[in-house]
Amino acid sequence: MKAPVYFDYAATTPVDPRVAQKMSECLMTEGNFGNPASRSHKFGWEAEEAVELARKQVADLLNCDPREIVWTSGATESDNLAIKGIAQFYKGKGKHLITSKIEHKAVLDTCRHLERDGYEVTYLEPGEDGLITPQQVADAIREDTTLVSVMHVNNEIGVINDIAGIGEVCRAAKVFYHVDAAQSAGKIPVDLESLKVDLMSLSAHKMYGPKGVGVLYVRRKPRVRLEAQMHGGGHERGMRSGTLATHQLVGMGECCRIAQLEMASEADRTLALRERLRRGFDDMEEVYVNGDLNAHVPGIINISFNYVEGESLIMSLPEIALSSGSACTSASLEPSYVLRALGMNDELAHSSLRFSVGRFTTEEDVDGAIEQVRHAVEKLRELSPLWDMYKDGVDLDSIEWAAH
Amino acid sequence: MAYSDQVMDHYQNPRNVGKFDDQDDQIGTGMVGAPACGDVMRLQIRVNDEGIIEDAKFKTYGCGSAIASSSLLTEWVKGRTLDDAAQIKNTEIAEELALPPVKIHCSVLAEDAIKAAVEDYRKKLAAQA
Ligand SMILES: Cc1ncc(COP(=O)(O)O)c(C=O)c1O
Repeated sequence: MKAPVYFDYAATTPVDPRVAQKMSECLMTEGNFGNPASRSHKFGWEAEEAVELARKQVADLLNCDPREIVWTSGATESDNLAIKGIAQFYKGKGKHLITSKIEHKAVLDTCRHLERDGYEVTYLEPGEDGLITPQQVADAIREDTTLVSVMHVNNEIGVINDIAGIGEVCRAAKVFYHVDAAQSAGKIPVDLESLKVDLMSLSAHKMYGPKGVGVLYVRRKPRVRLEAQMHGGGHERGMRSGTLATHQLVGMGECCRIAQLEMASEADRTLALRERLRRGFDDMEEVYVNGDLNAHVPGIINISFNYVEGESLIMSLPEIALSSGSACTSASLEPSYVLRALGMNDELAHSSLRFSVGRFTTEEDVDGAIEQVRHAVEKLRELSPLWDMYKDGVDLDSIEWAAH
Repeated sequence: MAYSDQVMDHYQNPRNVGKFDDQDDQIGTGMVGAPACGDVMRLQIRVNDEGIIEDAKFKTYGCGSAIASSSLLTEWVKGRTLDDAAQIKNTEIAEELALPPVKIHCSVLAEDAIKAAVEDYRKKLAAQA
């Protein structure tokens, strides 16, 4: 079987060849393999230089100071460091945090963990459009709130939150604001000079860099302090110990450099592909786009094909690699918590597919996917008793289903 | 997740897909599951005067294993008496399709579906008498 066509760029991206090249130059004897913390010889100095160039490349993408960049192993670690680090450091001020119901598990599970440690967390509910408003945040802030963590772009539906507005609210209330920007950095502009964001998590493998590396942006003015979660040699100004992985960081630097250079043209191209895909289903009955398309990253689109179950749909699409919000892909019987939080009924959540396109997607890939998905949906609707009932004009809500 | 060859076979070539007129006295209909849970099966049987299932049809909304379980069931019930059909156990279905543990509920649903179809037919019969 030939390899399926990749429509899962939101899960991870392949490494750009330009990035892989730079990384490979930092591994072997003749390369830049030194420990960036070695102060006593050239190997160390050169490695340090490469790491600091990479740090600058990340900082340039975000328009911040390189000294505000802390290297981590990825967005999961960055989310943990930001949330636990702030919560613990400022626990004298209060033990209340605010986040949203549609954050990545890296944020939600960290908050759950803190709840077991006696912290209180408010989980904001998004509107049907998938967005959290600055007003919602303002209404939830209390005297003892220390941190708000609301993501920039949601990984399942691709909607973009108003982080500028939320930042204003937080700054006015003197509450720190953390943003999980794993899905937005390198895709849409992020300007930390104008944003009132105190902490931001990024991951390289969502932007054509390697897996296993990310950063946490930690603002210097006004100063943000953190309780370290990883103790050791005091690297990264004590915020995150551990020998810096030169090749990884160089890879992340390079992917940020490319992203900054090519963002505008890449966004146009990606959007055109996504729109081509979306229009390919325009004339079908009972097809719904999830999340507000007016506030959306170019590369992600989440679509429900009503009366067809997501896992079986994916099973009929062996030539396309993509993910579904259906329960069955997660082994629990619950469909996607993100789609449910939008107030969507479970059936539509079970019927959803997330397509994400990117740098190496072509128009032919998209046209092929449209044809295959249409064919699969038609076939499965022929098999679906719910489709029959819909066609017969039966209101599915009027039936008493035996939940199991 | 990898699917067994048996599941793939039924999924790709589902047997006896369709719908009988559920008002017909010879037809028993079992509809089980719920859209909110991600699977709904409709199994219908046509029963002759001797109480033998002559034909069966299904439609299923659900994952591949749910579709395969109901497809297999339509093959199994044909030619059986009502009592016999109602004896079919989910474990037999799960075994035949080599379902993994997370998919056992699909076979349970199929067992529920045939029981419900038999019961529906019997109710109709009783109403006529
Ligand atoms: C929004 C968001 N946050 C965090 C993560 C986790 O990132 P990482 O894989 O770098 O730990 C991801 C990706 O899986 C994500 O999409």
